[in-house]
Amino acid sequence: MDLHNKRVIAIGERDGVQGEVIRDVAATLGANVVFTITQCFV
Amino acid sequence: MDLDDQATIQQVVDKVGTEDLVVLLGSPNPESAELYAATVTMGDPTFAGPLAGIPLGLPVFHILEPEIVDQLPPDVFAEQLQMASLTLDTEPIFEVVQRIRSEMLSA
Amino acid sequence: MPEAALLGASYALFHVPDLVRYGSKPSRQIARDPTQLDAIAAHLRPYDAVVAYPPNQAFIGNLAPEALEHIERPRFRQPMESAREQGAFGRIFDQDAFYARLAAADPFNLVHLSDAEPPENTTPLSRQGSAVGWVEAGHPEDLSQTPELMLENLACKTSAIEAARLVLAQTETDPASIEYVFNTGEEAIGDRYQRGGGNLAKAVAEAIGCTSATGSDVKAFCCAPAHALVLAAATIRAGLYQRVLVIGGGSVAKLGMKYEGHVRKDMPVLEDVLASMAFILGPEDGRSPVLNLDAVGRHSVGAGSTPQAIYTALVSEPLKKLGLRFADVDRYAVELHDPDVTEPAGSGNVPLVNYRAIAALAVMSGQLTAPEMPAFVKQHGMPGYVPTQGHIPSGVPYLGHARAAMLAGTMQRAMVIAKGSLFLGKMTQLADGMSFMLEAR
Repeated sequence: MDLHNKRVIAIGERDGVQGEVIRDVAATLGANVVFTITQCFV
Repeated sequence: MDLDDQATIQQVVDKVGTEDLVVLLGSPNPESAELYAATVTMGDPTFAGPLAGIPLGLPVFHILEPEIVDQLPPDVFAEQLQMASLTLDTEPIFEVVQRIRSEMLSA
Repeated sequence: MPEAALLGASYALFHVPDLVRYGSKPSRQIARDPTQLDAIAAHLRPYDAVVAYPPNQAFIGNLAPEALEHIERPRFRQPMESAREQGAFGRIFDQDAFYARLAAADPFNLVHLSDAEPPENTTPLSRQGSAVGWVEAGHPEDLSQTPELMLENLACKTSAIEAARLVLAQTETDPASIEYVFNTGEEAIGDRYQRGGGNLAKAVAEAIGCTSATGSDVKAFCCAPAHALVLAAATIRAGLYQRVLVIGGGSVAKLGMKYEGHVRKDMPVLEDVLASMAFILGPEDGRSPVLNLDAVGRHSVGAGSTPQAIYTALVSEPLKKLGLRFADVDRYAVELHDPDVTEPAGSGNVPLVNYRAIAALAVMSGQLTAPEMPAFVKQHGMPGYVPTQGHIPSGVPYLGHARAAMLAGTMQRAMVIAKGSLFLGKMTQLADGMSFMLEAR
């Protein structure tokens, strides 16, 4: 999956990988992150 | 998926369209990954929210899947994701996301 | 300047099956679909089952959390024969006892215990569906004092009072010797002009006879107890106070949070208890374990959001400061949510993920190999056992057990690692974390 110039929705989870980390990684790969969220279920 | 988040994703899709739109997940377990992956591909599987019955058909990957991390320079992977890849039991998570991706492709 | 000693830790549980419907998730779902109330009612457990539930026995000190490893999952299928309401450092209360204390803790006559029909615009209190009273609004035009919110706030106060009473009795502390109270509960106490004005601490201090004390509320989501214990320890170390009480009441909003998963799997609704806790700190006394303020872990603003950044700040850095290796900490106490509650709802095993993260960090630091991770988790972690009551599970339930083990000479060091999901309040995307070491004397 080539993320270059793709738009990304980053859905992170507190106990997994947080939204901001997904966002930063996707940005490194040239994506445009349009929405970032981190879920917490407890 | 939380109903407000479904509504937000619906809004994002309405605004930018589904072309070139990809969902990346950071779920720590297969149950959560399945719920999210299903919601953004085939629609809310619990039929409770705005995305119930709305098959967005978006490509969805877990951030730790080889398809994503193999593209990363080693130092970026080490700093951002290596610890999560050690912490999480990734195989069952990947299985679920891959299954949903292939189900969507054949739909 | 004296080290700050943990003189006592006490914990309380209140079985409140008829309040599950007022939890945030149940109340919203019932509003959409009233049949959900019947589904919940059909899955509530009796008081005996709550007492005999092994994680609840561990919470009040009758069972070591580590021993839960030998009790097969799901643990609600393994009631403990030797279970008691009274714990080594805690107690379980039934709903009637809770309602009576709720009314007693109410200084404005908003709680009415009566079998009359509850008036309109009140929150009814029931016993197995039959009316036993109601809670009024604090003010008819105040959205921050609706009947539901007054119930939440009074429930937090009531449960905190009982835990505080237990710790005062357990340590034979004269309430009048307490000089300051830190409250860590997550409810917002206030009115329409000051929605989160706070200081439930002082309200509790008054109720338990702490005539020399004032206090304040520490607001840091689930991380608050760790913040409060560090602040309390600092006041002792500075010689400012001799006796400080740290309390945390239960959360009505969190009742039945995962009920849908439980009902779907035809298991009991396990989030049927309010939980509370209380700790007393004072100058070192030569035997009580101390909080080591030389190695407090802080997840700072600039630390970064990766799991590595978070755990480096909370675990690696304090260990480095003390010249310790990961394996030198006997037990880590992380977020200890009971997996019986979370797994059926698809929310995983929170303590296990936390312990694996610590082990992963040890691997990345070269102190452990990946194949050694499971053994590390078993040796230095524990199964989750605490009700999903927000700030309550955040590491500090283990302090009672750690203290007992350190007094018995069987434990040297325990590290509490707490985290808070600040991003939920939408004021920041950051999370928070705090850690501290408890050490035997």
